[in-house]
Amino acid sequence: MTRTVRVASGQGFWGDSLDAPRQQVEGGPIDYLMLDYLAEVTMSILQKQKERDPAMGYARDFIGAIESVLPGIVERGVKVIANAGGVNPVACAQALVAAIAKAGHAGKVKIGVVTGDDLLPRLDELLAAGHELKHMETGAPLSSVRSRVLSANAYIGSTPIVQALQQGAQIVVTGRSTDTALTMAPLRHEFGWGSESWDQLAAGIVAGHILECGAQSSGGNCLYDWRNIPDLANIGYPIAEVQGDGSFVITKHPGTGGRVNVPSVTEQLVYEMGDPHAYITPDVVADFTSIRVASDGENRVRVHGITGGPATPFLKVSIAYRAGYKAVGSLVYAWPDAMEKAQMADRILRERLDRLGLRFDQVLSEFVGANATHGHLAGDGREAPEVQFRVGVRGDDRASVERFTREIAPLVLNGPPSVTGFAGGRPKVEEVIAYWPALIDKRVVTTQVEVVS
Amino acid sequence: MSAHTVQVRLLDIAHTRSGDKGDMANCGVIALKPEWYPVLVRELTADRVRQHYGALISGAVERFELPNLNALNFLLHGALDGGGTLSLKTDAQGKVVSTAMLRMVLSIPADEAATLGLPIHAPVNAS
Repeated sequence: MTRTVRVASGQGFWGDSLDAPRQQVEGGPIDYLMLDYLAEVTMSILQKQKERDPAMGYARDFIGAIESVLPGIVERGVKVIANAGGVNPVACAQALVAAIAKAGHAGKVKIGVVTGDDLLPRLDELLAAGHELKHMETGAPLSSVRSRVLSANAYIGSTPIVQALQQGAQIVVTGRSTDTALTMAPLRHEFGWGSESWDQLAAGIVAGHILECGAQSSGGNCLYDWRNIPDLANIGYPIAEVQGDGSFVITKHPGTGGRVNVPSVTEQLVYEMGDPHAYITPDVVADFTSIRVASDGENRVRVHGITGGPATPFLKVSIAYRAGYKAVGSLVYAWPDAMEKAQMADRILRERLDRLGLRFDQVLSEFVGANATHGHLAGDGREAPEVQFRVGVRGDDRASVERFTREIAPLVLNGPPSVTGFAGGRPKVEEVIAYWPALIDKRVVTTQVEVVS
Repeated sequence: MSAHTVQVRLLDIAHTRSGDKGDMANCGVIALKPEWYPVLVRELTADRVRQHYGALISGAVERFELPNLNALNFLLHGALDGGGTLSLKTDAQGKVVSTAMLRMVLSIPADEAATLGLPIHAPVNAS
């Protein structure tokens, strides 16, 4: 008999549906629940929160998610893997212990904490030791932005999560592990896949890639036949039913909305794809041109045939640094001649910025409803019933960006007619956080695993 | 006969999804029917796609073939004004760059279009 391990996706980003984790635990049999909370922008936000309060710096939604699934996971032994730890996995685990105790389950749930991805405290030591952390695209050395760095985290693979599971953890909390590791780890733990079983490991990555964006593989944000995808208000999140050989079926719980079919899964497979021959992760390099996808009945898609090869000697490092300020404002102009009016507003505004002597790295004007997303491909927008004039600036001088934000509202009385949609008030100045992707020798990143209850 | 061509909208023969990778957007293009995939391979060259996007992107276009998924993957360099958080664009993460791709209109030999059952948008005069 072949054994099936069911890994369910319950969160595709920080801010995803609050109901999904409980729906996955209560809606049918699953073995593992994986929750992905981290995007590049999330790490720097969490780092800022931690600077203000050392007990913060993790995805707080996660605590609520666990509270919502606690009775179910205790009763059925479902295990949870989440990268909700952000830049403070230890504080996240402590908050979890407190929440579990408060719910009356003290001592019943073992929590594994994975640390070691946070390179910020070690950054100067690493640079001094000759790790340049050069920008992967531009080749510039990190020293050029060192003083502005907010966070630095290595993307770690599945191995420390597997160790936590082996030590009996029912909930594993990590910092910046890769999204795919959250699915890969339970499969390695259950099937005992060796660290050089490249094809199985590659299959684990592909399953992880399909699950990591939540319902985006089960009918959400799906262009194919979108009008007929049923009951999106009750969309079912994807579940991978995986066999020991690495083949798996993507499905969802019965009675839920959305749709799992070959097109919905294929759209997710090509999402954020680079070179499909080499999908690089800390565990394995997967070949996406080997993936076979076939229908396996209603809301079931079978995925198999996946191959992979040895991992690289590097880990990717994501570094966030301060990069100036930006602000974006908008006004809505109505028919007749909506586009012409909006274009006149743009000319007036730019002349005002010139007269004020303000200098920016960039001023970008878009005409939403006419050309914001498709540019020249969208035609001239002359017949549009309304056009939103959206204008943003970015630069190093906060005061200049601030001054820009005072120049939008006056256009309501000083500019072209038929203007509305300014009730939101003055645009806010935001600090810009930029990303610095780099590679580091795997051997210098050591992870730690601790299991507490 | 074979010089006679018809117009086929990419919108009618493929579906797409895009996302961001630094200052790059990726755009996956998937044939709606397996027998239409060779048409995509022939027509959607990296050059043609680069020309289509024009000033919307500042860099080159790379193309990868995924015959197993009846799909092509394009990497559009310099599509995001410096990348997700620096960009002032509405579509700072390239989420709908994929729908701009679907505005392409292909000229296909009429007899091939008939054989493959391609939805015809408009006939084109014989050359």
